[in-house]
Amino acid sequence: MSLMEFVFRRLAAMIPVVIGVTLCMFLISHAIAGDPAIMIAGPRASAETLETIRRTHGLDQPLYKQYFRYLSDISRGYLGESIRNRRPVLQDLKVFFPATLELTLASMLFCLLLGLPLGVLAAVRRNRLADHLTRLFSVIGVSTPVFWLGLMLLLLFYRHLDILPGSGRISVQFAAPSAVTGLYLVDALLDGDLGLFRDAARHILLPAFCLSYVYLAIITRIVRSSLIDSLEQDYIVTARANGLPEWRVVGLHAFKNSLIPTITIVGLSFGELLGGAILTETIFNWPGMGKYVVDSANYLDYPAIMAVALVSSLAYVLLNLLVDVFYALVNPQIRY
Amino acid sequence: MTAPPILSIRGLSVAFQSHGPPGRVVENLDLTLRRGEILGLVGESGCGKSVLARSILRLLPAPPARLTGEIFFGENLENLMAAGPQRLRAVRGGEISMIFQEPMTSLNPVFTVGRQMTEVVRLHTGAGRAKARKVCRDFLASVKLPDPETVLDKYPHQLSGGQRQRVMIATALSCGPKLLIADEPTTALDVTVQSQVLALLNDLTRARGVSTLFISHDLGVVAQLCDRVAVMYSGRLVELAPAESLFGRPAHPYTRGLLEAIPILSAPRAELLAIPGQVPNPADPPPGCRFHPRCGQRLDRCAREVPALTAQGEHWVACFNGHDR
Repeated sequence: MSLMEFVFRRLAAMIPVVIGVTLCMFLISHAIAGDPAIMIAGPRASAETLETIRRTHGLDQPLYKQYFRYLSDISRGYLGESIRNRRPVLQDLKVFFPATLELTLASMLFCLLLGLPLGVLAAVRRNRLADHLTRLFSVIGVSTPVFWLGLMLLLLFYRHLDILPGSGRISVQFAAPSAVTGLYLVDALLDGDLGLFRDAARHILLPAFCLSYVYLAIITRIVRSSLIDSLEQDYIVTARANGLPEWRVVGLHAFKNSLIPTITIVGLSFGELLGGAILTETIFNWPGMGKYVVDSANYLDYPAIMAVALVSSLAYVLLNLLVDVFYALVNPQIRY
Repeated sequence: MTAPPILSIRGLSVAFQSHGPPGRVVENLDLTLRRGEILGLVGESGCGKSVLARSILRLLPAPPARLTGEIFFGENLENLMAAGPQRLRAVRGGEISMIFQEPMTSLNPVFTVGRQMTEVVRLHTGAGRAKARKVCRDFLASVKLPDPETVLDKYPHQLSGGQRQRVMIATALSCGPKLLIADEPTTALDVTVQSQVLALLNDLTRARGVSTLFISHDLGVVAQLCDRVAVMYSGRLVELAPAESLFGRPAHPYTRGLLEAIPILSAPRAELLAIPGQVPNPADPPPGCRFHPRCGQRLDRCAREVPALTAQGEHWVACFNGHDR
């Protein structure tokens, strides 16, 4: 079976997962307290108005009919209309999702650019000072609450040192770049606006690090332990006995083997981050899906909440597929 | 006429620092390997054979391993204990190569055979990609792997144990080493495959004049293959002799015990003979001759003094009543 065939097969296998997700979301959103008709019309609406709203939104239909209507809507790319602002939810997502994606990508960059080298360093210098320091760094990372870390970063870099901005994606004097990808860093480069790029980069630094720290800490530990595990294998003795220089032994022969468990963690972290980081986005006032879903929840804006849940679960499933593809590329023993 | 030495180990001791008393796994060992010969090194599991093999190439991680003594190698008898890391890397795989016991795990599972072999060839010979690939293909053919071109593109898990060990042998010989250290190369293989691999090793090393240190706990295998045999017990050499002399007139009680422990297929079914007791713990070895607690002929002095290796002709033994028998 070719890789393409594998990918298509896995994509097809996603359909029941997505149906399951939509069903759960639908049921939960209907089980929670609160009458959406009242949310739309306001608390002082007359009984007739409420009845009309229920009819036009299909809220008077039996639950299964509402569900099938919902399914047929999303299959046509219609995610419903926000109760809060009467805009199609899809339109909102097009604004908020790229912000979250950009933040996620920047966080993953932190995870990989710091986590991989630190993990390798800790493994190679096992039980020496560098290992102990990275362990300390990791333990702090997994045990620090995100909201506290965010506030501390803000206090230090924004309030006291005043070297980094504290909120938003860009400073007020800049206009948003032309929306090609929705990622400001990429769009700014596409516009050739280096000043804007610098400003956007400075804005993303703190939230991205804040968001990445937990995952960075976990990835560091996973890389360390899997690399140590690889370094104890017989083929490492063979590689050394064949006179290979140490950087090739560690960086190539051991590292490629240690990537297999690492890919899982990186993929899962990526998927989790894509769902939107509620705390980080709130603290840094980052206009992403996390912030969007909080605001929507406050208004019981269930089409919006369901859309976010759908997008993040889709992202999760797709990333798992990506992880499997990477597995197959790294480990020849996996045949798909 | 004896050939000049290719490897001369003098007073080698290997200790491991760990929690508790340091155990000396190899103690004050002298051993010389002559050019072109196959020297067998036998002993029970845990007697220090593999540690000795790995310490020749300085492959033991230090710490915890601590090596003392000298290891002279090559025509000029260069001291490997004094060699720098760069020189050591050139020796490893280039002038001394090694084959290991476990063919299933000794090859890296995520790289193709060709990738792993050419890496070594390119490193030591400076050959280009295409040239190295051709060299590897020829060596794979010389270890009688059918269709070497496709083997190059295979991953280790696509090969059988015997095929992988052939790949290991081909890699080990590919840079024209002067010395091959084979650490139980056939132990993990089926008996039929084992004899094929042995024959192959014998043919290839003798044809190329590669000296071989052949480590095994299988005396039958050693008898077939080796010119001389060294017997190790608890980190010390207890007997060293030409193969026919050692198997014909074993002088050390331990060697005799090993030989008696081999079941004979043609003999009527009798109780299997085993040497009573166990190999001593290297951290706490018995005083004197380390074999004396298990020896049937021990004298009083065996528990006090360490017997030195003494020669009768080519036959060396470290036992107080060794040659007298």
